[in-house]
Amino acid sequence: MSAGTSDLVTPKALSVGHRIDAWAKVTGQALYADDIRWPNMAYGVLVASPYPHARILTVDLEPAKAMVGVLAAVAGPGSVTPYGIMPSTQDEQALATDKVVYLGEPLAAIAATTLEAARNAARQVRCEYEVLKPVLRPGIGKEKPGMEPVHPDRPQRDLFKEVELEFGDTAQGFFKAFETAEDTFFYQGNTHVAMEPHSALGYWTPEGRVELITATQTPHYVQRELALALGIASYRIRVRASVVGGGFGGKSELFPHEIAAVLLSRACGRPVKITLSREEVFYAHRGRHPVSMRVKTAWDENGRIRAMDFGSVLDGGAYASYGLATTYYTGALQTVTYAIPRYHFHAARWYTNKPPCGPKRGHGTTQPRALVEVHFDRVARALGIDPIELRRRNLTPGYSLTVNALEVGSSGLEACLNRVEVLSNWHTRHSRPEPDRGLGFACSAYLSGAGLPIYWNPLPHSGVRMAVNRDGGVQVFSGLTDIGQGAETMLTVLVAKALGINPDRIRVYTADTGTTPVDLGSYSSRVSMMAGNAVLEAAQRMRQILTDSVCSRTGANPSQVIQVGELFELQGDQTVTFTQAVLWAEEDVGPLTTFGGYTPPKAVGRYKGAGVGPSPAYSFTACVADVSVDREDGQVRVHQLWVAHDPGTVLHAPSVEGQIRGGVVMGLGEVLMERQSFNPDGRHRGPHLLGYPIPTIQDIPPITIAVVGEPDPKGPMGAKEVGQGPLNPVIPAVINAISDAVGIDLNETPVTPDKVLKGLDPKSRRKGL
Amino acid sequence: MAEGFVALTVNGSIQGVWVRESATLLQVLREVLGLTGTKNGCETGQCGSCTIWIDGAPRLACLTPVGLAAGSQITTVEGLGAWWQESHPSSPYHPLQTAFVEFGAVQCGFCTPGMLMAAAALLRDVKFPTVEEIRERLAGHLCRCTGYEQIVRAIREAAVAEVKEL
Repeated sequence: MSAGTSDLVTPKALSVGHRIDAWAKVTGQALYADDIRWPNMAYGVLVASPYPHARILTVDLEPAKAMVGVLAAVAGPGSVTPYGIMPSTQDEQALATDKVVYLGEPLAAIAATTLEAARNAARQVRCEYEVLKPVLRPGIGKEKPGMEPVHPDRPQRDLFKEVELEFGDTAQGFFKAFETAEDTFFYQGNTHVAMEPHSALGYWTPEGRVELITATQTPHYVQRELALALGIASYRIRVRASVVGGGFGGKSELFPHEIAAVLLSRACGRPVKITLSREEVFYAHRGRHPVSMRVKTAWDENGRIRAMDFGSVLDGGAYASYGLATTYYTGALQTVTYAIPRYHFHAARWYTNKPPCGPKRGHGTTQPRALVEVHFDRVARALGIDPIELRRRNLTPGYSLTVNALEVGSSGLEACLNRVEVLSNWHTRHSRPEPDRGLGFACSAYLSGAGLPIYWNPLPHSGVRMAVNRDGGVQVFSGLTDIGQGAETMLTVLVAKALGINPDRIRVYTADTGTTPVDLGSYSSRVSMMAGNAVLEAAQRMRQILTDSVCSRTGANPSQVIQVGELFELQGDQTVTFTQAVLWAEEDVGPLTTFGGYTPPKAVGRYKGAGVGPSPAYSFTACVADVSVDREDGQVRVHQLWVAHDPGTVLHAPSVEGQIRGGVVMGLGEVLMERQSFNPDGRHRGPHLLGYPIPTIQDIPPITIAVVGEPDPKGPMGAKEVGQGPLNPVIPAVINAISDAVGIDLNETPVTPDKVLKGLDPKSRRKGL
Repeated sequence: MAEGFVALTVNGSIQGVWVRESATLLQVLREVLGLTGTKNGCETGQCGSCTIWIDGAPRLACLTPVGLAAGSQITTVEGLGAWWQESHPSSPYHPLQTAFVEFGAVQCGFCTPGMLMAAAALLRDVKFPTVEEIRERLAGHLCRCTGYEQIVRAIREAAVAEVKEL
């Protein structure tokens, strides 16, 4: 690992200061959900299924209720109606009732005066099951018609969703092509492993209101889903996100433990906290889908792509979660990196008896990106074109419309590609003396927020209320949720810049459905774009109020007022301080409050499925990996990574760097070690941090980062996303580097030594094009 | 199950707690003493988030039966600043805390208390640790947000700051 900052190249940032929440976190003062204690609080524990697929015959809570310290015990169903994050696929009931459909699925919950008493009592719940054969592979029910489907009442049985889209005449593209190529790939599932396990503190008050403090990325969606699940009005429910110890997509919807905490509280009259164990977090999952993919492409003699046919089969696990969106996302963004003139996409997501899959950093785009980039390298080889050059000839230009009707705004993709090409000395790679060492390249694109909300409505995606007090202090109320990415700091940076004031004046209040306007949450890299634009609107209006008062009090013409720092400068050397302007304005118009809101532009596409993919702006990333492969033991060693990312304007430099580094390292884990996989009997292969290794400090190569800021007119002060995009190219870049090093084509993640050795075995033939 | 009084000195103050002997130090710190700065990431000794000092040595609180810590001096992240101030009266914060804030080593912050306690023990033992020494000492501490680089950077900067203060 290289020390110092020499391996970070950034353009000018709006702020390089420290995060506003950092001191609380280094002194132990920050309160995460599990740190919160309310008077008379009880501890809740879930009772989970030991089988991946079974009919529930009986659940006897009585032995548990008889235990010392037990206050309440509840069994399924946990919700009055089925609920789910996507309105069209609501299939969860929080506590299983007739069947359990994955190992670890909660079916009952216990509250007791101490955690130990609750855990002991949970072991006394007597459950009888009729064990069923688990559905462990997408579509296996078709081969074995006698097998009971995961959800037997569905006419489509285990098929959750099938989609097909075609843009342009793909067959025409393949007809008379100079070259065609085909590849398949299996991208293994993996999970978020936020360091903080999920935790929720629920209280059903004597007045029949609900208070929920929870480790969530999406308090507003949790409130909405909870209203449905409990069958009470949403306005009776207040959901607050605590300080959140990482999310990465894993805390973006309502979870059974959140409902169970509220139900137990209703039953015993006390606040109840449920914190998941690390093992339970692996079962709660909602992580990266395992996806089997196939791509076919057609090319002209100049190395330009004529058509792409892409197919994906998703192993969705036991419930829908965000799976409808994930399914479309495996096809949506292929065209945002490369100008594909004709495109056919087919996808199917299947139910299986495994923990439900959902969104993980890169949501549904990470898997197809791996295949597309690996495939492009092989095409480059077949056509005798340098891999970076092949991409360069096919880049989607900035400010263009893709064939699937996505409006691409600013693009720094070519600049990113050029940067890593130079930084890595790409073109000298074949003259390097080390054997079995190689370089690999890949690039990618990601959204700066989904163009459509999860539940369709015409309302703003983000609202901000701003107040300025008579002491010159500024309060910002926003529903956004800081899950560790620095969202609250981002708000502070933008407000300070927009009002021209010292950030010290600003306090932000966030993630509370009881006090803050709606923001849809921290997912799809939407926060800076949407909450950022909303807060700029609120600040703009506040500035107008202040300027108006300055003008009316001094008789100055608005065009003559210039704000320099915290001073309003008027003609003739007259100045007015920010605080004076605030006092005048409050006297003129009353307490100073403004609002701002943001609604993304309408999507251009009008086809079914057009709602997934549009975004106000796209970020771009390029990556080169330098790896060597040990032919004896199959170990892959990553020597260095070069990553160039285009987040538009850099709002807060440390957060941008943190997001890029964190994403890149998470990508390294996905390509080399991480897998959420299951034994043939449906048990998780290792629901703990030894069985599921993630990168440690010892696994990190030097990572050189170049920030290529291509401001987008739609972004707040030109900013785009940085939270998810940088993960995507790392996986294929490493696989391409392995191919460059030892000449083997790998078609599966994670690239563990056994797969490398198998690839190196002379008996396994190199797969040609 | 055996219960009894256990006396501990936590961040300089003597605490007598009535607990089961098998209760972990992590449970006692968080649930009994309310010192929630020490985090519970896995309860199985695999993540490093619950690292505290027992008589000055970094230990995993989740794997320590509280009975084993009886009579010991316990230092948690809440007491790190005070520990530093004993020898450096001008600052109630450890230079590592300042450096973690200044050099972007904190994102979600959940691993931070454990990282700080491990790193502070390292800096106490080794004035200018090399990158390799830092990596070795922090190998048992998982962080999912930062990619680790900023943490290494902060520790090295803190080492410099510490020497300047002498």
